[in-house]
Formats: sequence, structure tokens, C-alpha cells
Amino acid sequence: MSQPIRVLLAKVGLDGHDRGVKIVARALRDAGMDVIYTGLHRSPEEVVTAAVQEDVDVLGVSLLSGVQMTVFPKIFDLLRTNGADDMIVVAGGVMPDEDVVNLKKMGVSEVLLQDTPPQLIIDTLTCLVEERGAR
Amino acid sequence: MGVYLPSVELIARVQRGEPAAIGRLISRAESGMAEARDALARIHKLAGRAHVVGMTGVPGSGKSTLVSQLAQRLRAGGDKLGIIAIDPSSPYSGGSILGDRIRMSDLSADPGVYIRSMATHGATGGMARAALEAVDILDAAGFGVIILETVGVGQDEVEIVRASHTTVVVSAPGLGDEVQAIKAGLLEIADIHVVSKCDRGDANRTLTDLKQMLTLGIHEQAPSDWAVPVIGTSSVSGEGLDELLGAIARHRDLASDTDAGRARRKSIAEFRLRKTAENLLYDRFNAATAAASAKLAEQLMRRESDPYSLAEELLSTTLEGEGDHERDVHSKSA
Amino acid sequence: MNETFTQNPLEKLRGEIEHWESNEVAAFLSKQAERKEQFFTTGDFPVQRVYTAADIAETPLEDIGLPGRYPFTRGPYPTMYRSRVWTMRQIAGFGTGEDTNKRFKYLISQGQTGLSTDFDMPTLMGYDSDHPMSDGEVGREGVAVDTLADMEALYEGIDLENISVSMTINPSAWILLAMYVALAEKRGLDLNRLSGTIQADILKEYMAQKEFIYPIAPSVRIVRDCISFCGRNMKRYNPINISGYHISEAGASPLQEAAFTMANLIVYVEEVLKTGMNVDEFAPRLAFFYVSQADLFEEVAKFRALRRCYARIMKERFGAKNPESMRLRFHCQTAAATLTKPQYRINIVRTAFQALAAVLGGCQSLHTNGYDEAFAIPTEDAMRLALRTQQVIAEETNVTNVIDPVGGSYYLESLTNEFEKRIFEILDYVDENGGAIKLIEEGWFQKQIADFAYETALRKQSGEKPVIGVNTMVEEDENQEIETHPYDYSTADRQIARTKRVRAERDNARVETLLEELVSVAKDETRNIMPVTIELVREGATMGDIVEKLKPVWGTYRETPVF
Repeated sequence: MSQPIRVLLAKVGLDGHDRGVKIVARALRDAGMDVIYTGLHRSPEEVVTAAVQEDVDVLGVSLLSGVQMTVFPKIFDLLRTNGADDMIVVAGGVMPDEDVVNLKKMGVSEVLLQDTPPQLIIDTLTCLVEERGAR
Repeated sequence: MGVYLPSVELIARVQRGEPAAIGRLISRAESGMAEARDALARIHKLAGRAHVVGMTGVPGSGKSTLVSQLAQRLRAGGDKLGIIAIDPSSPYSGGSILGDRIRMSDLSADPGVYIRSMATHGATGGMARAALEAVDILDAAGFGVIILETVGVGQDEVEIVRASHTTVVVSAPGLGDEVQAIKAGLLEIADIHVVSKCDRGDANRTLTDLKQMLTLGIHEQAPSDWAVPVIGTSSVSGEGLDELLGAIARHRDLASDTDAGRARRKSIAEFRLRKTAENLLYDRFNAATAAASAKLAEQLMRRESDPYSLAEELLSTTLEGEGDHERDVHSKSA
Repeated sequence: MNETFTQNPLEKLRGEIEHWESNEVAAFLSKQAERKEQFFTTGDFPVQRVYTAADIAETPLEDIGLPGRYPFTRGPYPTMYRSRVWTMRQIAGFGTGEDTNKRFKYLISQGQTGLSTDFDMPTLMGYDSDHPMSDGEVGREGVAVDTLADMEALYEGIDLENISVSMTINPSAWILLAMYVALAEKRGLDLNRLSGTIQADILKEYMAQKEFIYPIAPSVRIVRDCISFCGRNMKRYNPINISGYHISEAGASPLQEAAFTMANLIVYVEEVLKTGMNVDEFAPRLAFFYVSQADLFEEVAKFRALRRCYARIMKERFGAKNPESMRLRFHCQTAAATLTKPQYRINIVRTAFQALAAVLGGCQSLHTNGYDEAFAIPTEDAMRLALRTQQVIAEETNVTNVIDPVGGSYYLESLTNEFEKRIFEILDYVDENGGAIKLIEEGWFQKQIADFAYETALRKQSGEKPVIGVNTMVEEDENQEIETHPYDYSTADRQIARTKRVRAERDNARVETLLEELVSVAKDETRNIMPVTIELVREGATMGDIVEKLKPVWGTYRETPVF
């Protein structure tokens, strides 16, 4: 029996738009994953602390307030200082294309924008965890 | 971490309290992988200092909020604190959404608090075994108090809370007329009863009802000279929290060097031994019977034999095939 | 007696429908089935093949009624757009007060007739711009306002007695209202001549938009204080904008959007009545805010049913006497959540149809979204085109010449009736289960919204709900060339500099004294929080000073999410 994929979903920053993150949480649960939800209005520090303690396979950060280019550099720094740089980081929300490109350069494995079908999100995460292999 | 680090190499880092190492070793313990067993055996020897507090209560009883506030006070007293929050998995998909951290987010900036969420993964998912291994790991990492928190429904969730040094059962007013602890079968297992949300007008009734039930004298595991306290708490005013902390400390002292305390530790050990054995048995049974059960099921479907006879046959295959488990164990560590 | 169609022609009609079904329709169906077995509105109302007089035979004619007359189904005013078209109110906000002020003046020069202000996330959540939680968010999604000085820059050179100003803000709304009052007083304006709206609808925040600071009870008390303060001091000002928009954007169905606003309305009215105010003293200034989606008839039915429900609630439940207390007036915005990144120019078309639904539904003011809002906040160009969309509807389509022009459609009237019936069913459920606040605490509304949102996501995934460019008519390798609104990274520095200057120049002892006074007002629920807050902002207190001071008094709210 293999362990379910563990995913931490976090809303970082001040926006409260949780429609998307809740749909994702539900879809991942229904696909058999363990989803840890940290709730709204979290700081990068809180999210990384939680992700490390929970030792999740995937850290999913949802934000719709446009602060991605402030938030993700902090998250990656914190993951490095915590010795958790093997964590898969996925971004979700509304953002311009150039930010998508820059986030991927920074180490974000995938950027899942508005209206991404739930099944595609499930498949993407499953695939990313498989590619990573045992840890 | 990058490359795969053998579990034994995590031990020293766990002992230094490195969160990533603790987290990873808990994950490996949870998976039941054979590769981690040596490391867990050594961890088990290192552990044994922490006081383990089990907390349970029906959904909506406010236990996560209570744990959070309790934790803040314990931290103020200097204790490093581990919290293992266990929530049920979906019976349909096996997945889960674990949201306990939200109510504990006042703790989220404190490196002296380690919170780990765990899903039950069904009756055979090995949650109880894994939770106790996680307790050992946190214990070895120097967390002096470890809180095991579960929803008080389902046998495993109740049992795991019983398998702690001090068991706290949380009830709340306004969740129905009856005392929920009785309804959920939790009355007897408590060393300490808490009625949360005591700022509410209807809390007194819950307190009175609970005290009344306790005078009937049902209690299984407390030392004989322990009178189970019923404490009202409020997360709004902070009322009752110090009293609860005091009660937990008194219970710990009382149970530490008494016959009742030794009996409690022995029953925990026995529970743990049995749970671990059950997991092993279940895994081996599954691996050993996978092929045979499909074949026997055909016979059952065609009504060539009856369920009992075929089940006996299936079991005998397993018991004969005792030597096979090593293969199974190694295949899991990949 | 209610006047309905007389029985005989009705029976004749029913007979004819039956005949038609078994002849013409059956003949066609035998050759080719319809596209679907059952058709539904976006909000899941099953709809018939055709509607006839038989479907509205039971509807009392006075339920449909006349515009400007109870129950206001056809519109709040007797002449509607024949006197004056709706207020074209494009929301704007980014950067500092100066930055947004420029955009306001541009929009006014382009023919916009009202202002609407979007604040940045820190302002919405009550943080000063130099708070750690504000990092990266200052002036990004809206304008940053920490102090009265920011408000002065924001509305500099704008005639507040002659243009209505709306402010989209909720948990910290009372502080912005205080700044607005302080600004008007500083300019020597008559408060009773100011027209505008402050959103201040905190209950829908717990339900849907999730911008909250304090627990529910003190937050509702703040709303009550805003309503009663404005009722007495600002006769033309709307102290609340009870909003379905964000409920819809969070994923709710049109029915849920409509019904949940009515549930919230009931809480607010009850709270203000407890202060001893008469319903007719404040109800005429209650205002609403809804989304307009693409399902045109459903949306028009929603707006019409809402007006009827509101009229009945105010008259029958709350005993209002003044007809102005019974007429629902609403601002409308096209649906941002329907905007797509792929083939983003389609958004212009979507927005136009949604805007038409709002106008046919009789909105009092309208914001049309920019085509680029699936990327970032809109550019000037996108906003101009959105405004032009409204101007085309107003000037070129002639739909403004006749009031409630789709009223009387058998389909529309049936759907309006159905909406009304179901809204009241939901309100009955809320009443029977302890009221809106209790159900918010239990996550009931949140669960309803999450369920519909999840279903919608699955329907988009399966293609059952087509989205052009996304799950059908997809263009592979689409070339996405678009210029988006740039974020000016100097914003935070400029903003923080002013906040620091205000802090340095103010009389700190005076501010401290007032903050202590604020605490004592906060602790005494019978007092109104507005006067001391106005004093505070006038003396240079920042939003953060005020908000943080009250956190230990009231605590903060943390939601238990439902999935």
C-alpha cells in the first residue's frame, strides 16, 4: 500500500479569494490525496514552517492579489534555509504570462491558472511526484 | 534534501531538532517502509521522556482551539511542544482535507511548536502505529509535551487517545441535549473532562450534567486516588486554561511512579505492540493471499463452496507461507 | 380579488399547447432530438421548451405592477432611464492617492458619471502600508490609504457635492467613512449633500470574500454604527452596499447570490432597529450590489425578483411605511470570474452581454470589466473600452426608451416568480435554523457556495458548461500579446514616506488619548464608534493605529473552512 500524496495548500498574502483553492483541495482529496489546508492570510514564513513540519510532497500556493513576485522568492529562500529544497512548489491564481515564466525560472514546478480543470491539476501533481521519485 | 538519505542518517538531525529531518522521518514511519525500521528502533530507545497528552472530543467541541491556547501557555512555561492532529480520511476516496493547523495558527511562527497533521487512512491504514512512532520521533527531538489530538469518533481515534499518559475529553455546550462524551463513548476514558466555550450561557448545564454522570463512578484507567476533574474553559476569556494545565501536571506527577502509572504504561505498550503486529499481519496477509483470493473468489461466486470454508483455505495459505514476508517487506522500501 | 386571465381562454390555451406538443413538436422530435433532454439556466433552474400565458396565469397582475410602485418589480423609479440613464461607475484604484486621482480625472473626462474606489489589500484588511503583512501589496490591487492625507490626495480637485463616490471596503470601512467625513468637513462641505456609498457589508465577507478582521458580533455592530450615523448625518449617503457580487464570484449560483443578500439584509435591519431607530429613518438609504452574468433572462429575473422580495420584506416583515424604504436600488458589475486569459478579446463580448442584462434588469449604476482583468488590474485602454460598452448600450441600442422592456415575457415572468419563491424558501430555512449569523458560524452558506463552485468547475471540465476559448473553440499556440497595467515598485516607498510624515507631524499625546477613548467606546455597545473615529483620523491616526488598538478588545476572526 503506497502512501497518499501529501499536499499543503496555502493562501499567502491578504487576498481572501479561496474559491479556487477550495476546489483544488476537494478535487485532490477526492483523488485520494492528503491535503493540509493552512487557511487564509498566511505569511511565507508560516507556510514554509508548516510545509516542512508536514513534510509534504507538494506545496501549493494560491494567490490572486498579484504579489507572486514578492512571495515566491521568500518561499524558496525559506525552503533552502530549512533544508527542504526537494519540495515541489506549485503556484495557482491569476497572473500575467511574464510572471509565469519568471516563477518557473525561480523553481516553481507548475503554474496552474484560473479555469485549469481539476483533473489536470490531479494529473500534474501525480506526475510531478512520480518524476521526483523516492525521498 | 535532494538525494535519498538513509533513515538512520536522519537520527542525529532529529535529535538536534531539525524540522525537515523530523518531518521526513515521520513520513517514512507513516508509510510503514521497512527501510525506516532500524532508525525507528533507535529512536524508540532514545525516546521515553515526553509527557503524552491525548485530547479528543466530538466535532465542533473546540478542541483544536483549546490545544492551540494550551500550547501557548505551555510554551510560556518553556516546554517545547509537539502536536499530532489526526483527522479522518474520506471513506470514499481515502484522501483527506486536514485543517487543524488553521485554528492553531497562533503557534505558526514559533519554532518550539511542531505540528503534524495525520489522516486515519481507514481501519487498516496503520494510523495508531504511525502516530505512536511520530510521538517517539518528537520525543527524541526533545519535545517535552506531545499532544495527540483526534476527533472522538471511530475506534482507532479513541484508542489512540487512550494510549497516552493523560487523556483529556472535550465537550461543548450547544451541540445537543445529551452529554456528548457519553454518546460518543468517551466518558469512561477521560482522566480530565473539559467543557469548552464556557462563556456561553448554556455551558453550566453541560458542566452539571457531566459532573452528575461522573458521580456514578465510571472510570477505567485513572489511579484510584484520582478524582476526574471537570473543568470549564473559555477561549474568549482564557478562563480555566491554567486550571487545565495544573490538572494535566498533577495527573502526570501522580501517574509517574505509582502502580496505576506503571499499569497505564504497560497497557499502552501492549496496545502499541498489538497495533504494530496487526499492521504487519495485515500487510503480509494481503501480499500472501493476493493471488489465492482471486482464485477462491471465483469458486465462491460459482457457489462451489461456502465463504467460511474458503476463508479457512485462504488463511491456511497465509500461515503456511510465513517465510514470504521478507520479500514483501523489501519490495516496500523502494 | 386578484385579476387573472379568465378561465375559458386559459383552458383553450392549455388544450392548444397539448395539441402542439403531440403534433408539431412530436413530429420534429421524431426526426431529430433536441440538443439536450433538459435545459437549465446557469443557476440550475429547469426551463421549458416554451412559455405561454398559461405559465403566468396565477400571477397577480399587481405583482408585475408598474415601475416606481410597490412591489417595484419593474423598477425603483417611475421613469427610470427615460429621465437619466444609470450612473456609469468604473471602479479604479492603484498606487497612491495621486495615482488613482489621475485615473479618476481621466475617467470623468471620458464621460464617467460616478466614481468608485478600489483599495489595496492592506487598506481593505486594516494594515498600514509599512506593516510586514503589507509587503508587496501596497497600491497593487487598489489605492493605498493609511491616513487622512492619503484621502485628501485621492479626491483632490473632485467636487464631492456633485459627483457620487463609492468606496469598496468592508472590515475597515468605518475608518474610511470617517476619513471621508473629515475630508468633507475640512473642505467646508455640507455632509447632507454628499452622495455616495460605502460597501461595509461585513456578513458577505464571512460568507464569501473573506476580508475580515474582528469576530462577527463587533463587526456587525460597526455596520450598525455606520448606518445609524449616516441616517442621522448624511441624508444622501448610502452607508451600506449589501453585496451579492462577491458571493457570486466565490462560486454561488444566482439564486444563492440573491437569497443570501436578503438574509444579510434582515440581520442589518434588525441590528439597527435595536438602537431604537425607525425603519423608515434609514431604509431608504440601504443599497445593493449584484453581479450580472451572461444568462440574460435569468439575470433580469433575478433583479426583478429581488426588487419584489425586498419590497415585501421591508413592508411585511419590518413594517416600513415609506415607499422609499421598499424600493431596492442596486449597483451592478459584470462578472469578473467569467473573464478568460485565452483569447482574451472575447471578454469584451462577454462583458457587453452581461452589461445588457444589468440594464434590462434596471440597475442604478454599472461597472463593466476590462478585457484584461484575467491578467492584472485593467489598463486605461481596457477601462475606456469598458466604459464605451456602456455608452453604446445607453446611446445606440434604444433599450433605455422603455422601462422594463422584457417585462411581460412569459418566460421572464415565470422565472421571476420562481426566483421569488425560492428566495423566500431559503429565507425560511435561515429563519428556522437560527438566522444568518448562526448559519455563517456553522459554515452553512460557505458550504452551499463551495458546492456550487465545485460543480461548476466539474461542468467546465466535462464541457457541459462551455467556455469559449477555454474548453471549446480553443486556439492552439495562441499568440498572447497584451499590454497589462504595470506595477510601480516605487509605490510603497512613496506611500510609506507620507504615512511616516503624518505620524511625525501629529500630536501623539492627543492621538493616544483618543485611542483610549476609542477603546472605551468599543467596550460600550450602546455607543456609536463613528464620532471618535472621525476625531482620530482628523488628528492623524493611521488606519493601523485604530485597527490594531481594537484587536485586543474584540479579538480577531479565524474561519473554519468548509469544503
